[in-house]
Amino acid sequence: MAEPAALSEPDTAGLAVSLRGVTKVYDTGVAALGPLDLDVRRGEFVSLLGPSGCGKSTALRLIAGLNAPSAGTVGVLHPAGRAKAAHSIGFVFQEPTLMPWTSVRENVRLPLKLAHAPAEEADARVNEALTQVGLAEFADAYPRELSGGMKMRVSLARALVTDPQILLMDEPFAALDEITRFRLNNDLLALWRNLRKTVIFVTHSVFESVYLSQRVIVMTSRPGRITAEIRIDAPEPRGEDFRTSPTYAGYCREVSNALAPSYSGQQGA
Amino acid sequence: MSFLQTPPSAEQATPDSRGLRLVRILLPIAVLAAGIAAWELVVRLNNIPPYVLPGPSAVFETLITDWPVLSLSLLTTLETTLEGFAAAAAGGIALALLFNQSKWLEYSLFPYAVILQVTPVIAIAPLLLIYLPPQTAVIACAWIVAFFPVLSNTTLGLNSVDRNLAGLFRLYGASRLQTLAYLKLPSALPYILGGLRIAGGLSLIGAVVAEIAAGSAGAGSGLAYRIAESGYRLNIPRMFAALLLLSAAGIVIYGLLALTSHLVLRRWHESALGKEN
Repeated sequence: MAEPAALSEPDTAGLAVSLRGVTKVYDTGVAALGPLDLDVRRGEFVSLLGPSGCGKSTALRLIAGLNAPSAGTVGVLHPAGRAKAAHSIGFVFQEPTLMPWTSVRENVRLPLKLAHAPAEEADARVNEALTQVGLAEFADAYPRELSGGMKMRVSLARALVTDPQILLMDEPFAALDEITRFRLNNDLLALWRNLRKTVIFVTHSVFESVYLSQRVIVMTSRPGRITAEIRIDAPEPRGEDFRTSPTYAGYCREVSNALAPSYSGQQGA
Repeated sequence: MSFLQTPPSAEQATPDSRGLRLVRILLPIAVLAAGIAAWELVVRLNNIPPYVLPGPSAVFETLITDWPVLSLSLLTTLETTLEGFAAAAAGGIALALLFNQSKWLEYSLFPYAVILQVTPVIAIAPLLLIYLPPQTAVIACAWIVAFFPVLSNTTLGLNSVDRNLAGLFRLYGASRLQTLAYLKLPSALPYILGGLRIAGGLSLIGAVVAEIAAGSAGAGSGLAYRIAESGYRLNIPRMFAALLLLSAAGIVIYGLLALTSHLVLRRWHESALGKEN
């Protein structure tokens, strides 16, 4: 595992993640990403938006340390008193990625079990995480007994259970129906307001990115680069009112326009 | 003519599928009964002597009168099968785990596992009987036939781990042992159980092959040995009775392993779930 460099807290001025000149070239010689510079402040909600294959998921995996960059540096904030990057990052995949052979409770407990957390503390934190995503009653269910949206909530609870500073989400709601997606968007925003995590959210939905984020970063493909950065200055808390407001529509138009060049080069997209 | 069909409602489907299940049980039984009746009829009408072809009633009679001898042989064969199966299960899973941890070991040894598998065991058995004590040789035969499906299925299972789950384990800094115990083994479980199901039947075959090869070399007195012995003595009804017991043993072994597999997987694996879920 490629351990990202630790950001030392005093001199990084409240940054949670900092990428400098990061590139990723796969073994096949395909340049997937970069060079990419990206700073994310602590507590910020940032979306990476772009067409399929623009390297936004790759960027997320580099930040998580799941892959190593070909060049450049990846800096991730390590809160004092925590040894491993593992604990400062929670990751939500595109699929729920649950272990089908065990209960919801055991799935959520996994990160704590791997870190050898004391059983009592683990129990309490698992219950807390499940309550946060509204699944406390389903602790003993098996993943296959849950709906797609509920599975995603379990996945979110598992990411939250280590109380990470940074939450990385890789198109988590892409496979869900629109109604479920709206509900999970609202729940995610509520969680973010309460817990003030740093969230980096990868999506290919303009509407989702504008609704959720404080900042939308638009990427283009082959290799993935940042082409635009749009700040969403909408009042908090956001809710259904915001989703139907002219401000929201305006931002969506702005982001769509910024995204258009990324698609114009693609054939058959 | 209309192409529109109303789909059957749930209420209609249930008795239908229940009836179908009953038919699926009753049909083979009817075939069996018809077969036995025809066999008995042919033997009686043609006055065929029992040393040429015994009727089912004669076989059944022998099964009861020879039960003291046959039951002991059954126990011997079952013991060999069980020992061979246990060795195959342990050996196959252990070898797969080793291969999974070290590619070097896998590349070095896997071809030989394949060679051992493709060489007919009946040809290996006489050699084994030269170098090993008969009882050990018989178990070794059962092991040789049965370990490969366990090995290859377990290997397949260990390599079929969900990529994202593996990433998750890396993200949280899981050790090799943790990844093995909490991720790879549970993922591989359905495959391992499938391998064991095949290995159960094969270890019986291995035991029988070895017993026949051992023959009068005195490998105890298993059922296969009884069949060979009865053949020499033209005790055809006893041959059939012993064969019947072997078949029954195979069915029971398969059934038990299938049941175990179902009980272990029923809460989560697709293979063990009803279609309605």
